[in-house]
Amino acid sequence: MILIIGNGISGVTAARNIRKQSAEPITIISAESKYFFSRTALMYVYMGHMKFEHIQPYENHFWEDNKIDLLHAKVSSIDTSNNSITMENGDLLSYSKLILATGSKPNKFGWKGQDAKRVGGLYSKQDLEYAEKYSVGLKAAVVVGGGLIGIELAEMFLSRNIKVHFLVREKYFWNGVLPKQDSSFIMDHISKHHGLIMHYENELDEIITNENNEAIAIKTKLGETIECQFVGLTAGVSPNISLLESSGIETNRGIMINRYFETSAKDVYAIGDCAEFRDPVPGRRPLEQVWYTGKIMGELIAKNVTGERCEYTPGQWFNSAKFFDIEYQTYGNVLSNLPEGQEEFVYKHDKNQILLHFVFEKESRKFIGINNFGIRMRHLVLNEWLITDATIEEVLLDLKSANFDPEFHKKYEDDVIKQFNAKFNTQLVSNKPKWWQNILAK
Amino acid sequence: MAKYFGKMSEMIDDNLSIAGDQSQEMSWKAKLSITLLVIGLTLFSWAIYKDAKGLSYLKIIGFLLTAAGSGLFFSKKWYYSVGSVLFILGIVAVYYGYTFQGSKLKDLRLAYVLPGFASMFAGSLFFTFDPSKRFGFLNNYSKSLNWPQSIGILMALGGVGILFVAWLGQVDLNPSWVYFSLSLGLMALGILTYTYGIYAEHTAGIKNNHVMFNSLTSRGIIGFAFGILLTMFYIQLYWNGDSLSELISLFDVYSQFRRGTPADQWFVYGTLYSFVILFLGIKFIIKYRHSKYHLIRTVVVILSQLILADLIPSIMDAMNSVDGKSVYVGYNSNPIASWPLNYDGFTGSKIQAQIYSADQPIGMAYFFWGLIMFLVVTPIVTYYVGKRWYCSWFCGCGGLAETAGDSFRHLSNKSVKAWKIERWVIHSVMVFVLLMTIATLYSYLTKKEFEIGFFTLNKVTFYISVVALSLASATVLYLGYRKYGKKHKFLLVGLIIFIFIIVFMTIAFLAGKSDLFLISSKSIKTAYGFFIGAAFSGVIGVGFYPVLGNRVWCRFGCPMAGYMGLFQRFKSRFRITTNGAQCISCGNCSTYCEQGIDVRAYAQKGENIVRSSCVGCGVCSSVCPRGVLKLENGPEEGRFDGNPLEITKDGVKLNM
Repeated sequence: MILIIGNGISGVTAARNIRKQSAEPITIISAESKYFFSRTALMYVYMGHMKFEHIQPYENHFWEDNKIDLLHAKVSSIDTSNNSITMENGDLLSYSKLILATGSKPNKFGWKGQDAKRVGGLYSKQDLEYAEKYSVGLKAAVVVGGGLIGIELAEMFLSRNIKVHFLVREKYFWNGVLPKQDSSFIMDHISKHHGLIMHYENELDEIITNENNEAIAIKTKLGETIECQFVGLTAGVSPNISLLESSGIETNRGIMINRYFETSAKDVYAIGDCAEFRDPVPGRRPLEQVWYTGKIMGELIAKNVTGERCEYTPGQWFNSAKFFDIEYQTYGNVLSNLPEGQEEFVYKHDKNQILLHFVFEKESRKFIGINNFGIRMRHLVLNEWLITDATIEEVLLDLKSANFDPEFHKKYEDDVIKQFNAKFNTQLVSNKPKWWQNILAK
Repeated sequence: MAKYFGKMSEMIDDNLSIAGDQSQEMSWKAKLSITLLVIGLTLFSWAIYKDAKGLSYLKIIGFLLTAAGSGLFFSKKWYYSVGSVLFILGIVAVYYGYTFQGSKLKDLRLAYVLPGFASMFAGSLFFTFDPSKRFGFLNNYSKSLNWPQSIGILMALGGVGILFVAWLGQVDLNPSWVYFSLSLGLMALGILTYTYGIYAEHTAGIKNNHVMFNSLTSRGIIGFAFGILLTMFYIQLYWNGDSLSELISLFDVYSQFRRGTPADQWFVYGTLYSFVILFLGIKFIIKYRHSKYHLIRTVVVILSQLILADLIPSIMDAMNSVDGKSVYVGYNSNPIASWPLNYDGFTGSKIQAQIYSADQPIGMAYFFWGLIMFLVVTPIVTYYVGKRWYCSWFCGCGGLAETAGDSFRHLSNKSVKAWKIERWVIHSVMVFVLLMTIATLYSYLTKKEFEIGFFTLNKVTFYISVVALSLASATVLYLGYRKYGKKHKFLLVGLIIFIFIIVFMTIAFLAGKSDLFLISSKSIKTAYGFFIGAAFSGVIGVGFYPVLGNRVWCRFGCPMAGYMGLFQRFKSRFRITTNGAQCISCGNCSTYCEQGIDVRAYAQKGENIVRSSCVGCGVCSSVCPRGVLKLENGPEEGRFDGNPLEITKDGVKLNM
């Protein structure tokens, strides 16, 4: 029997893809919820866009139909020498292969009061229920940590007319990932939302609690006191590996794996947020904690446990997010600090809230990557340009064909090229839009 | 060939897919329930055929078997079973009401119809029952209302209240034009003020906040109350119009101004219909003001209603020759209301009026436009842009669904089961309207013939045309069945239907009978008008908005949608493209799909969405937080191809 611990996107993708190739019994174990749900959509349940059932991507009968057993229970320990695990209720399950997809947990940095009531994150189903429970009568909340989950939490509270104080350690929003221009562009947009009070370059010092151990205010490192009835801790996540403490499986920040997802124990694999590569793919990080890499790892592990040895080769980097109303996509590598030898070109349309951030090599003109805000780009076309080492000029000339915005939306490509020509003293003239498949055929 | 048709079996790429159960053996329960349904329905239809009125043992047994079959079919949850039984009971009661159609016993008819729909409504309630749900009246939503929203609601309620008082008919509203203007004015101002309150102070973007908490939009008490009121209004409109006299007289001054005659129930209905599309259309535009697609589409749908459906028919009405038996009345002179949606577009009396000499050349223009619209315009435009050009750009039913119904779009059922039911029901209605039209026109032609230009439409020419068209269709279906038949049994069903038409028509033709399909052609038409034209598209189609969603009729019933769906599915340049591997399975697209398409099931696999039911409203693309979906027209080649991440020996790449 193949056991998978964790029913997030990695574990579930693994199960689905194993089932496509093998008839071996599969059991997915989760203490969080019986059925798979999309973690990235939790915010929409709180805001009332969807009900919890809507964020479950498969109907409940799907699992039965495809003979994937679901176990809503908690694992207490792993015995790698006997190929078995022990459940909290004492049950013993043995496995032929064990896939760890335990995900991650919110960071807490030892703040005073961090475990008090009315302090929570936004990671699990339980976090959502917790936030929901304390939202009754909530007037003001503090969100700590200037990343993607933080801004989601802020948007959630605002949707219920709850005032939000948002503490961001850096001078620029999400500056660890985004270049400064992009950060300040997002900051401009954030500032348009009523009820959101930004505190840049400020950090949480301690959470002040009352006699019931409930958060009633926070103190910042700058010494201010902010009254609130809820504190959202969203200062990043780290691999959830507490289950492995006495298992003998090697861990560092995450569960150590090679490029075949093999841990130090035989027949035990790790994928997704909880895994850490000993020897990461060049240009990639040892921990890759996004939805898409989880999905890729899930597909690849399926090959590895069903007999086809397959290395982790994740292809071109891409990601996406949404900051309030601004959609963001990225393709290739746009780093927060421009590396030596690279050049950038930023197109910005303030009124319509558009920003395109191109990066390319100075000498060879090779296109390195793009951050696009407010304009949708076609994944396949951008991917093609990245794998075929297209130049920035080639990219710009056919940019119209890569546009993925809905029909009739305003087009910016001519304007983009005009500004590029002015800045780099070139005479590019945009090609007419082609059907995108013709770009790929090139 | 295959590259154009793609995977004929829609979304099933392997055993593991959201429709995974389709590849498995049917359970004994499913087999038994379907057997019961078939036997029950057969018995019931047989009993009706023998004797339409009254109850008999055969009918009772037929009903019980049908109810048991459907109860078993939905036996996964007890409330689904109860719901389906109540729904069928409702249909039977409405049927008994129908048997008094045309008789003097109007009260008796209402006495069956009303509880019938009540039972269907209750059935829908059980069908959408959520045991985990608090049955909320006041909740987070009401607390989050700001003052323009509250004032807007109050004003709109005031306007509706005047109409409601008139509807009850107990108070004399004089002078009527004052109350009329006050009512419509208050509703318009109320809608605009509410819209300002809910959207204006927010930045442009998707703001579906509280949709699932709002009692009106999430099947709470207010939603059900509203649904019941709407349903009752429709029942009265269709079957007891006289009792609306107070309400009708409210509209007299406006009617005198528009057409020089006093108002009737259909004028009231049409006016309110246009009003609602206009003002809730404005609300829709402001809600989606960041999207030019929605702006253009909604302006077109509003203008289509105001000009094509409202203004032109009233001008035509005035142009009717006195003795011309009213050619251009209401819906029939809306140039966009094509057969088969406009099911009596090709009846004898309609053609008779259209070729009437005093009403030329416009009458003939209407006749030929009707033919061209169905045979040429619809297939060609649908080939180029998909059926959206009709369903969410020009159609009146679609216009109401997109504007007034927008708040209920998420209530459509997304399950595979609902999809299966949808395919059976909508295509049955399509066959029904085809048989009905052929039968009524044929029996009309046995008595009369028309000179249309140099063409004589009579029994013989009609017989030859229909048989020729049926033979052609049957041949195409037969060839298709030989090629794809194993996987696509529906081709065989289509083939049988056309053979059925040819056989029955030939027998009737040779025997010199005027009724084609054993029963009187007139009764087929009456039945269609009652059950499909009124009960399905009106009462259930709109009355059940707050329970079943805003596109019940368009999804399960509309024969025009079914017809265009065939093109959209098999021969069209339209698709919704999935953007590589960017999907995060959040579910906004599926939730807000009014047609109940599980968009996410395709998007998360990187597959394009090519579905016959898609009306191309574009909301899935708008609510997607990651820019994954795009409605577009392009070469047919590769339309069905997915572009997911693909794992190869060399690692991960995008499949191209």
